[in-house]
Amino acid sequence: MADKGAPLLVLDKVETRIGPYHILHGVDLVVPEGGATMLLGRNGAGKTTTARTVMALWRASAGSITFGGRDITREDAPTIARLGVGYVPESMGIFSDLTVAENLRLAAISGHLDPKRLDVIFSAFPAIKRFWLGRAGTLSGGQKQMLSIARAIVEPRRLLIIDEPTKGLAPAIIANMIGVFRDLKATGVTILMIEQNFALARAIGDTVAVMEDGRIVHHGSMAELADDDALQRRLLGLSMSAHQ
Amino acid sequence: MSNPVTAPITSDIPRQPLDWLPVALPLIVAIAAFPLVGNPWTWLTLTVAGLAMGMIIFMVSSGLMLVFGLMDVLNFGHGAFIALGAYVGLAVLMPLTPWVEATSVLLNSAVFALALCAGVIVAGVVGFVFDRLLIQPVYGTHLKQILMTTGGLIIVEQLIRAIWGAETVSFNLPASLRGSWLLGEAAVERYRIVALGIGSAVFLGLLLVLTRTRIGLMIRAGVENREMLEAMGYRTRHLFVGVFVVGAMLAGLGGVMWGLYLQNFTASIGAQINVLIFIVIIIGGLGSTTGCLIGALLVGLTSNYVGFAAPKIALFSNILLMLLILLWRPQGLYRVVDR
Repeated sequence: MADKGAPLLVLDKVETRIGPYHILHGVDLVVPEGGATMLLGRNGAGKTTTARTVMALWRASAGSITFGGRDITREDAPTIARLGVGYVPESMGIFSDLTVAENLRLAAISGHLDPKRLDVIFSAFPAIKRFWLGRAGTLSGGQKQMLSIARAIVEPRRLLIIDEPTKGLAPAIIANMIGVFRDLKATGVTILMIEQNFALARAIGDTVAVMEDGRIVHHGSMAELADDDALQRRLLGLSMSAHQ
Repeated sequence: MSNPVTAPITSDIPRQPLDWLPVALPLIVAIAAFPLVGNPWTWLTLTVAGLAMGMIIFMVSSGLMLVFGLMDVLNFGHGAFIALGAYVGLAVLMPLTPWVEATSVLLNSAVFALALCAGVIVAGVVGFVFDRLLIQPVYGTHLKQILMTTGGLIIVEQLIRAIWGAETVSFNLPASLRGSWLLGEAAVERYRIVALGIGSAVFLGLLLVLTRTRIGLMIRAGVENREMLEAMGYRTRHLFVGVFVVGAMLAGLGGVMWGLYLQNFTASIGAQINVLIFIVIIIGGLGSTTGCLIGALLVGLTSNYVGFAAPKIALFSNILLMLLILLWRPQGLYRVVDR
């Protein structure tokens, strides 16, 4: 593991176009190693596009992306994944025809499931063990999200990119998720999370970046944003205190 | 694939139980046909013939089950690989006529195995070129796939005519595969029993690969969400090229078997069976190996029973069968892929 706090992922003036649409207009973002960076912003601000561009699921048309000091701008998604980037998409992306076990086996690129790591997953998400042999398509929304996250952490990763993990989930499940993400952080993994739930963002985030119209309009510490209602209103249109 | 998880893992929800009704359908059809046929020995002959025909149809269909059913490539050129298989098989058997006519089971088996291997290899190589030239440029666009693959079928057919001629070709089965065994008054052709054996092996092999191996997991996952599989570190392009080539190889194998079954055919042998193959895959349910086998067996049995009991409706019996199955299960016997 490199120095904690050193830049792990750096986006430099990244632009992305999808067909005729110009979505990202020069995104500058630094994700420090070992912490959780929250990517906030209104719907349509370009958060998911940023995550997908990092994963090379959409191509950057300009700018550069560096991961662990290596330029990955022109790399493809499998290469980026094998560098140690786990991705949990907004849609969860689980393979519904496969069983829970098969989903996890496939996620283990080495071909082997580490029993110790599996124990950690089982203790964080008991439903994964309970429904081990069940078809993933039969799981509830929350369980699917758990499986999606479990898949991303089934092997050690340097960076986890998680897109709106609490979308549509019940408050009790979200509370459980906060504990899981804190435990993950404690293992030293770096997290870049897109989140609309400000309570969760504050509970987990160390640094925060706010997007608007395809650009980063604010970058700083989460504590600074959490303590500044005026800044929240200006950047997000509402304050976190209203979401307690 | 080994499971290194040592802790006992149980599931609170049962695994999806196998839906047995489609599996029982061929048996139900066979029993229902008995009163129509009347004579038990004739019924047995027709049943074995139908099952064997179904197995050969399964062999020619299984490749398209992978390519169309799983990969969602509307390959109207699938018949080209069947025709290639049949003609390459012929090209192996003709110069080795002494082996074909020999009374030695060993020589007969060797020439038969050579024909099968040659058909599989040539179809695989042509399948690779076909994929690179015709399929990859139109991946994801059905209309263009239909146009390109139909064009590919025409080109391959014309090449076959240029090489082997436009006339009907005919050849003999290896000596030990000719003739029948008698079971009471029922005649069971030897070649059909061989076809049943090879078809069963293909079915079990496909089933094992798709459900018990990592590559099978990747195929099933890639079909559902190719992008996610890439984001997990797998290169799906190579995987899907491999699946297409295997599909072509299976068609080549089926082509040799179908050619030997017919013994007289032209370069259109593949195009002629194309519609039947699509019927089988639609009956079975897109992407389902078991469904494809049951669909093929149903088509084989129905063709034989109807051809015997009511020849006038034999021409559209397969369409009628598909209609009935889809009225019962609109997504086919086994739904694997939602599309």
